[in-house]
Amino acid sequence: MYKIRTSHSLIRRLYIVRCTSLVFLFLLLPLVTLPIQRFPKPEFESAYTQPQTFIPAPRAEFLAYLDVFVLLISLSVVTWLVLKKRSRLWVFFMSLFSLAYFGFYREGCVCSIGAIQNVSLALFDHSFILPLSVLAFFLLPLIFTLFFGRTFCAAVCPFGAIQDLFAFKPQPLGSRLNTVLGTIPYLYLGLAVLFAATGTDFIICRYDPFVGIFRFNASFGMFLFTGILLLSGVFIARPYCRFLCPYGVLLNWTSRFSRRHLSITPAECIQCRLCENSCPYDAIDFPVTDKSPESRPLMVKKMMLLIVLIPFLVLIFGYTGSRMQDTLAGVDSRVKLAKEVMEQARMQDAGYKMRDAGYGMQDESYEIKAYKASGKTESQVYSEASAVLKKFYLGGWLYGGFTGLVIAMLIAGRMLPVYRKDYVTNKGRCFSCARCTDYCPIKS
Amino acid sequence: MPGRREFLNTLMRGGILAALGLLSGAVIFRSRDDKSCSFGFDCSGCSRSKSCMLPAALEARQMVWQLDMTKCIQCGRCATNCVMSPSAVKCTHAFAMCGYCDLCGGYFKPGTKTLTTAAENQLCPTNALKRKFIEDPFFEYTIDEELCIGCGKCVKGCGAFGNGSLQLQVRHDRCKNCNECSIARSCPAQAFTRVPANKPSLLRGLGPELPNGTAKKSPANV
Repeated sequence: MYKIRTSHSLIRRLYIVRCTSLVFLFLLLPLVTLPIQRFPKPEFESAYTQPQTFIPAPRAEFLAYLDVFVLLISLSVVTWLVLKKRSRLWVFFMSLFSLAYFGFYREGCVCSIGAIQNVSLALFDHSFILPLSVLAFFLLPLIFTLFFGRTFCAAVCPFGAIQDLFAFKPQPLGSRLNTVLGTIPYLYLGLAVLFAATGTDFIICRYDPFVGIFRFNASFGMFLFTGILLLSGVFIARPYCRFLCPYGVLLNWTSRFSRRHLSITPAECIQCRLCENSCPYDAIDFPVTDKSPESRPLMVKKMMLLIVLIPFLVLIFGYTGSRMQDTLAGVDSRVKLAKEVMEQARMQDAGYKMRDAGYGMQDESYEIKAYKASGKTESQVYSEASAVLKKFYLGGWLYGGFTGLVIAMLIAGRMLPVYRKDYVTNKGRCFSCARCTDYCPIKS
Repeated sequence: MPGRREFLNTLMRGGILAALGLLSGAVIFRSRDDKSCSFGFDCSGCSRSKSCMLPAALEARQMVWQLDMTKCIQCGRCATNCVMSPSAVKCTHAFAMCGYCDLCGGYFKPGTKTLTTAAENQLCPTNALKRKFIEDPFFEYTIDEELCIGCGKCVKGCGAFGNGSLQLQVRHDRCKNCNECSIARSCPAQAFTRVPANKPSLLRGLGPELPNGTAKKSPANV
């Protein structure tokens, strides 16, 4: 080894020697290229000053709390507008503000809908740190809904706001279609929680139709989907909110127990039927005054059927879900890698000499290359994948059981008798948009 | 009758509130970045020594995406899979690490014979890596960020063949900080991680951790 002296000329000569010998090194490109000090820092003789490496700072952290503050204020304002002022016009103006702030300025991230996944992942993966602002985005709308109904949907959520702009000619869909399509959000929610909790994917964000609009950079496929969604929204008002939104499921259920809720009329309903067609979302329940249409023995039979049907459906769907573990886990990158590694080992066992057959390094996928470079052993990869598969086995049971329960509840909901005297908002489905209040002739 | 219904509603409301409280409590108090650390025990080696008693979530950090170069294999997907076009990932030069080589593995295509700035010699597809003569035999390399597409070709060359001072990093003035990074999703090496916003860089070789004077032996060094 050379003893490097202070002589600059020697150092320079060394450089030249190194630089020429380096040409051959190109043949030995390693895969992972760690920064290592192969060449010492030069000592400059001229008055050269080394530039500073510029590291741009992320968005200031207090701005995240400003977002939470804006969320809190707009929730309060909209709640006041809906419950006290009962003014559709002002609710509409607030929705424009939310569209501008949460939509186009904040570019739809982080939103309450997506926060479901962050919370699910944080619950199961302790190393995942959930920022408090994200938790606030998840909790605040739920708490407001628990007391005042879905005022978040009315004019705070930018997704709802943008779809509301397109609801020109809403058509009633009928209760059957509404119920059937209304189960999609439950399935979507279950799937999103399953994939988030296992650390596989954030599907709500991945298939978010509006974020591409807010950022003006949607991919073509997504743009097409969003376009169809918004245009169908002319006739089917707020299609995403009603038939896709997974957060809507949580809001639906909390809203059912809300303390106060938007009512169509501020006083006694006079059965004038003016509000009958006012709701673009089919969220007004019509009076059902036929009090006892069914005999008691028939009701008992129905109840018996339900008691048998609910556990049966939960078990059947749960079992089906658990059988789907391979399919569900197949999208996980760890499982995919294990499959690839296994495939490669199988090829080698079968006597394929990849290199002899003319396949070089370039035939390997990047995943395999990264795996080789990471220094992980084959058994490590397999055990990681089998841990994921186990999670999906349990997750499949839970997801399937949840699906079964949703279907059972759907059937039960249609079986049980209803009695209603007045036109009332359906507390679960109503977005508190306050359109119906304009149709009610009774003021105050 | 309305009394009973009202009572049940109140009960359910209380139940939901309690459930939400439990959920957030679980999420806040169970999240710790260092699992081995338990309350009240030896904190000398812990990076969070001052705030050890606080769960990580209560430190109120925003998290941002960053690329860990110890895992990166420079597959080139950063250039194509970002929601931004061009990508928010760009090459960043840690000048403090650079050897200022004449024959720069990040700048020149393999097998280049004449070390000139001619276009056919350059590895960078967009001419974003600029070379400037400083003094014999040193050359300074800078990145024109407007031109850089984050393909990582120069990073690969520099890491394989130089000090690894050219590194891919998420540029936070461009990154939208998506809830789930679309590059992270397709990264074959799982090199993308969430880092606290007050330490947004995983750039190596800038601070005191620079292996000063510990030049590693390589065939070129002996």
